Amino acid sequence: MATLILAEHDNIKLKESTNKVVTAANLIGDTIDILVIGNNCMSVATQASKITHVSKVIVVEESYYQNMLAEPVSDLIVSLMKDYKTLMSPATTNGKNILPRVAATLDVSQISEITAVIDKNTFERPIYAGNAIATIKTTTEKNVITVRTTAFDAATNENNTEIEILNATANPCLSEFIEEKISGSERPELTSAKIIISGGRGMQSGDNFSMLDKIADKLGAAVGASRAAVDAGFVPNEYQVGQTGKVVAPDLYIAVGISGAIQHLAGMKDSKVIVAINKDEEAPIFEVADYGLVADLFDAIPELENELNNIK
Amino acid sequence: MKVLVPVKRVVDYNVKIRVDSQSQSIDLTNIKMSMNPFDEIAVEEAIRLKESGQVEEIIALSIGPSQCQETIRNALAMGMDRGIHIETEHSPEPLIVAKLINEIVKKEEADIVILGKQAIDDDCSQTGQMLSALMKCSLATFASNITFDDDRVIVTREIDGGLQTIKLQKPTVITTDLRLNEPRYASLPNIMKAKKKIIDKYLPDDLNIDMTPKLDVIKIEEPPKRQGGGKVETIIELVEKLKNEAGVI
Ligand SMILES: Cc1cc2nc3c(=O)[nH]c(=O)nc-3n(C[C@H](O)[C@H](O)[C@H](O)COP(=O)(O)OP(=O)(O)OC[C@H]3O[C@@H](n4cnc5c(N)ncnc54)[C@H](O)[C@@H]3O)c2cc1C
Repeated sequence: MATLILAEHDNIKLKESTNKVVTAANLIGDTIDILVIGNNCMSVATQASKITHVSKVIVVEESYYQNMLAEPVSDLIVSLMKDYKTLMSPATTNGKNILPRVAATLDVSQISEITAVIDKNTFERPIYAGNAIATIKTTTEKNVITVRTTAFDAATNENNTEIEILNATANPCLSEFIEEKISGSERPELTSAKIIISGGRGMQSGDNFSMLDKIADKLGAAVGASRAAVDAGFVPNEYQVGQTGKVVAPDLYIAVGISGAIQHLAGMKDSKVIVAINKDEEAPIFEVADYGLVADLFDAIPELENELNNIK
Repeated sequence: MKVLVPVKRVVDYNVKIRVDSQSQSIDLTNIKMSMNPFDEIAVEEAIRLKESGQVEEIIALSIGPSQCQETIRNALAMGMDRGIHIETEHSPEPLIVAKLINEIVKKEEADIVILGKQAIDDDCSQTGQMLSALMKCSLATFASNITFDDDRVIVTREIDGGLQTIKLQKPTVITTDLRLNEPRYASLPNIMKAKKKIIDKYLPDDLNIDMTPKLDVIKIEEPPKRQGGGKVETIIELVEKLKNEAGVI
């Protein structure tokens, strides 16, 4: 039997999260195919065909796949699943939206956000905001799995495998795309950045985030935020790091004016090095920080910018 | 139009849970339980839809042990019209929950089901999506805005890159994100009124749903502990350490 991976992409570029799922799939050990669903997305299929361990890329192009609406995309995946034991995708908003719909149609339970593969049917996944790790075994013939990409390295691109073009399934026409507001930043994406600087409620305003932007530009970092900063409207929703936002694990995470609630820690505590800048020495963020600085951020951040100028 | 809102009883979001290494399970003795925060947002949205005259009836549904009645009462005190409790020994896995909800959707002929985007205990984020598959209907996950356009529903969704807006046919399943609304507190008079509201009760057998789980939880462990607590005195020291000790800049 084989594993089918739903590729994450924007019709132009394949996302690195797909390479990470390949690494997880390779631990399961079955043949790996990648499924690229989209519109005018042949360049994505070509990129996918380069990923090591992949035996075949399937591409299905159709206008109604452009925005990855759950209903037509899950219908298509279901139609292909007779040939596969396992369906996987990264635990992105696309994966989370689409895979459970496929699982229920196949009458199997899904295993969400695995962080380790024990064997073909046994996996580890965090529960309770990462405060416990559950080992789960499936009892069904087929498995549907989303992957927490911070837990796996990206598979390399040293391959050149075949690309098969398949036809679309019918559009069930249950929903219709209206618009997308994508904030297309020049900076690296949160989930793949090597360095992240995040601001919390302590930042006091959206304008003050420009202080973090300057540091991010110096370090080639992405900018993130706590829920409180997003709720207050300082930054848009896609900045949110945490249990219910993005899960990140960069080499360096700098938390500025963030208290360190369980829900925030859930999204960043696997970072290699954590820096916390907070004026309250009792803030729980210091318990996970390798380098904590008790200071007013409005003094510390300009100073940090200066100091970085000195060393570069 | 009828709206159904499933609500889950979970460990309160302020509680830091403990793993009992003996039994390899979560220690739930004397722990504060509450309505899943995302479900509160779903309840609030249903109430607002009713208050603005866009829907006629709003029903809260909970699945789990008898204490789930408290969670339903809570939803009724916020403003839901009536409740349904499907009593099970413990909380079943999402696929079974979706099947049970689907039976109630059929019985009640609900037009819209609004659920939380994830439960903060198992963090699965599956039930709404699975329900939409069983209902063979449209789906909008991670909603941050819901409006109506004639007989269609327009939902803005929080996605990885930003926001996406889609238009859905009814019946439909919507799951809530954090920015959809801010749930109200139940007022004392409404808490009193809620005591008189009706809660219908079912058992899974009444609904002919097979409760056999498809997943086995083999064990639950504590995650590896992070060694934190290190301090620096100045920004100069910080930058020096990041450069020379950690080697990350
Ligand atoms: C269902 C649910 C899901 C959630 N999901 C998430 C999630 O995904 N991500 C998330 O982050 N949160 C999430 N939360 C919210 C979480 O519980 C906290 O409320 C939130 O993380 C707090 O954000 P904060 O640290 O920015 O704000 P606060 O807790 O208010 O902390 C602000 C910090 O800034 C410091 N500060 C203030 N001024 C300065 C200054 N001048 N200089 C230095 N320091 C200063 C303060 O000392 C304080 O520690 C969720 C909550 C719920 C209920």
